[in-house]
Amino acid sequence: MTLLRKPFRLGATTGRGLVPVLAASASLLMLAGSFAAVPLYRLFCAATGFAGATVVADRPPDSRGARDIIVRLDANVAPGLPWTFVPETPQVKLRTGEPITVFYRATNTSDRPTTAVAMYNVTPDTAGAYFSKIACFCFDAQKLAPRESLELPVAFFLDPALEQDRSMAEVRSVTLSYTLFPAKGEKAAEVLPRGER
Amino acid sequence: MATTVSEFRAQQASGAHAAHADPTGWRRYLLSTNHKDIGTLYILFAIVGGLVGGGMSFFMRLELQEPHIQVFTHLAQYLNGASPDMAVDAAKNLYNVFITAHGLIMIFFMVMPALIGGFGNWFVPIMIGAPDMAFPRMNNISFWLLPAALLLAVVSMLVEGAPGMLGFGGGWVLYPPLSSTIGHPGPAMDFLILSIHIAGASSILGAINFITTIFNMRAPGMTLHKMPLFVWSILVTAFLLVLTLPVLAGAITMLLTDRNFGTTFFDPAGGGDPLLFQHLFWFFGHPEVYIVILPGFGVISQIISTFSKKPIFGYLGMAYAMVAIGVVGFVVWAHHMYTVGLSLEAQRYFVFATMVIAVPTGVKIFSWIATMWGGSISFRAPMLWAIGFIFLFTVGGVTGVVLANAGADRLFHETYYVVAHFHYTLSLGATFAVFAGFYYWFPKMTGYLYNETIAKAHFWVTFISVNLTFFPQHFLGLAGMPRRYIDYPDAFTLWNRVSSSGTYLSAVGLVLFLYLIYDAFARKRLAGNNPWGPGATTLEWTLPSPPPFHTFETLPRFEAVEH
Repeated sequence: MTLLRKPFRLGATTGRGLVPVLAASASLLMLAGSFAAVPLYRLFCAATGFAGATVVADRPPDSRGARDIIVRLDANVAPGLPWTFVPETPQVKLRTGEPITVFYRATNTSDRPTTAVAMYNVTPDTAGAYFSKIACFCFDAQKLAPRESLELPVAFFLDPALEQDRSMAEVRSVTLSYTLFPAKGEKAAEVLPRGER
Repeated sequence: MATTVSEFRAQQASGAHAAHADPTGWRRYLLSTNHKDIGTLYILFAIVGGLVGGGMSFFMRLELQEPHIQVFTHLAQYLNGASPDMAVDAAKNLYNVFITAHGLIMIFFMVMPALIGGFGNWFVPIMIGAPDMAFPRMNNISFWLLPAALLLAVVSMLVEGAPGMLGFGGGWVLYPPLSSTIGHPGPAMDFLILSIHIAGASSILGAINFITTIFNMRAPGMTLHKMPLFVWSILVTAFLLVLTLPVLAGAITMLLTDRNFGTTFFDPAGGGDPLLFQHLFWFFGHPEVYIVILPGFGVISQIISTFSKKPIFGYLGMAYAMVAIGVVGFVVWAHHMYTVGLSLEAQRYFVFATMVIAVPTGVKIFSWIATMWGGSISFRAPMLWAIGFIFLFTVGGVTGVVLANAGADRLFHETYYVVAHFHYTLSLGATFAVFAGFYYWFPKMTGYLYNETIAKAHFWVTFISVNLTFFPQHFLGLAGMPRRYIDYPDAFTLWNRVSSSGTYLSAVGLVLFLYLIYDAFARKRLAGNNPWGPGATTLEWTLPSPPPFHTFETLPRFEAVEH
């Protein structure tokens, strides 16, 4: 052991330099990354149909496909929203590529006007990428006067491309599920306190 | 380099020197900037954390010994002041609070402080020939944030969580909506979030400190490829901490704002997705299990080499196996989430990536065995613990390969099979590494020899008891017993009884451990520089035991270091 005349190097050369700066920056970058994950995750889901996200289309395809698939319709109301919400038909059977319009009925059972937004997904999750909506009440917030009832249409088709997807080969039925939530802005007046939901 | 001795003395003469030269009494520890004292604090803290977290598991097994709910009804009345007619509900809640706290305390307040904060602080600077950590004052903050974090976690158990109940009972994974205002509207979850924030900040600061120390302060001649494997393990662990804990911090910050400030990151009502939390959590959570076990790998490598009196077999392979485990550990997180509806392609990828980790892990296991092969092995207590570690970790690794299969995981998800798996790797693996390291370095840290007979008795009692506790849980899981429940159908009684009896036996082991510490300090058998003989080649064994307050003020130089 050769002795170097070097004193206890508290902060002399040790704490300076690139290494601690890089390590700290990496931490901050990952923190930023965790927040960037929120919009990225949304984009990813929209692009791939991951987690049952659906696709928006302008118009139905020109050609029909070859498979018949049952689409089950499901409706839920989140606690705190004084509405009833049911599909007018429990399920429809349609050919891939065939556009169809189905209706849900929402009724405000309270004595005050209420606004709701719909959240939706399809199961199985992999079907999301082929579930194309042309028009949907869920694109906008819905406002109902006291005791008012409203028919809510959804126009959609199943993309014939699903016939080429191996993960869809065993899928005979797809469930389209909506949940109505009280719109965020009016929760103070219309909704129970968050704790009691 | 630029600072000469006289300049340095001049700097210190301004007053800071008096504080760090030889502070005494409580100031020595509260204001400590000395890596050995801070390491000691970490180890004491880990012992306290281990007793608290282990005590909780004792009560959980006491409850699960028989079907029906009998223990926690009394515990809930005693601890939470629940009225007798509410006692059953309070008992269920308290059980959930216990499993949550047991997991978080064992990870953040026992294993990590012991292996990273304790042994890391003590021996990383010494092993690379550095006088101290790169940022001694930051080191002090890293430690003292932890008791604050533990305090917040304890406060969380004493305030309202679920309506009318005390504490957060949603499991250590903290999934919303159970952890959002829907499941736990009370402040218990907020306290827990702050606790994890502070524990995370402590770990990130510590990790930056380790990375800087290891890159900047190695003694001349100590190249990266000559560093002892324990230092390598801490380096890889520090990188994992720096890269993953901020993601957890981000996720729980979003949870905090969801709970308190009306954001909807994880709330579908505002377009959020609770599943995103699971992705963020496991992006942290999976590397976290390697954060817990990698320093253990490092400890075991030192011990196997020392007591086989051979350099470690395949040194470079061992070092880069840890790097590989760390890297691949980042891209396997969704194997915790096979049941959330991932596409078949995603599942196929995560199955494959997960199984790939078995390769570098296998490299490590076989290299340890190859190190022992043909060695002149002395079966001292640290070596027994290390061999016990290899056995238990391999059992946990094998069930891990089973669970990596998405198809099999559908059967085993959230059953006691998973509980048995991660306790074999983490509870038994990491804890055996902690005890192995403790016995290995106890003479160095304290200057006293422990009683070898008691240490071996502690090993055998613990080895038998933990297998008795956790092996039957494989059977329970295969039979379909779900985890996280306070009660079970009486068909599961037999193996639950066996499992509980193992826990009681392991408590005997803990008593032996505490007595051993008392005995060592009471009898004061001096250890000398190197109680382990020629196999102990790392730098700490060239120093007196305990090492002087300041070591390597003049740097050692390495011509050749054998591994």
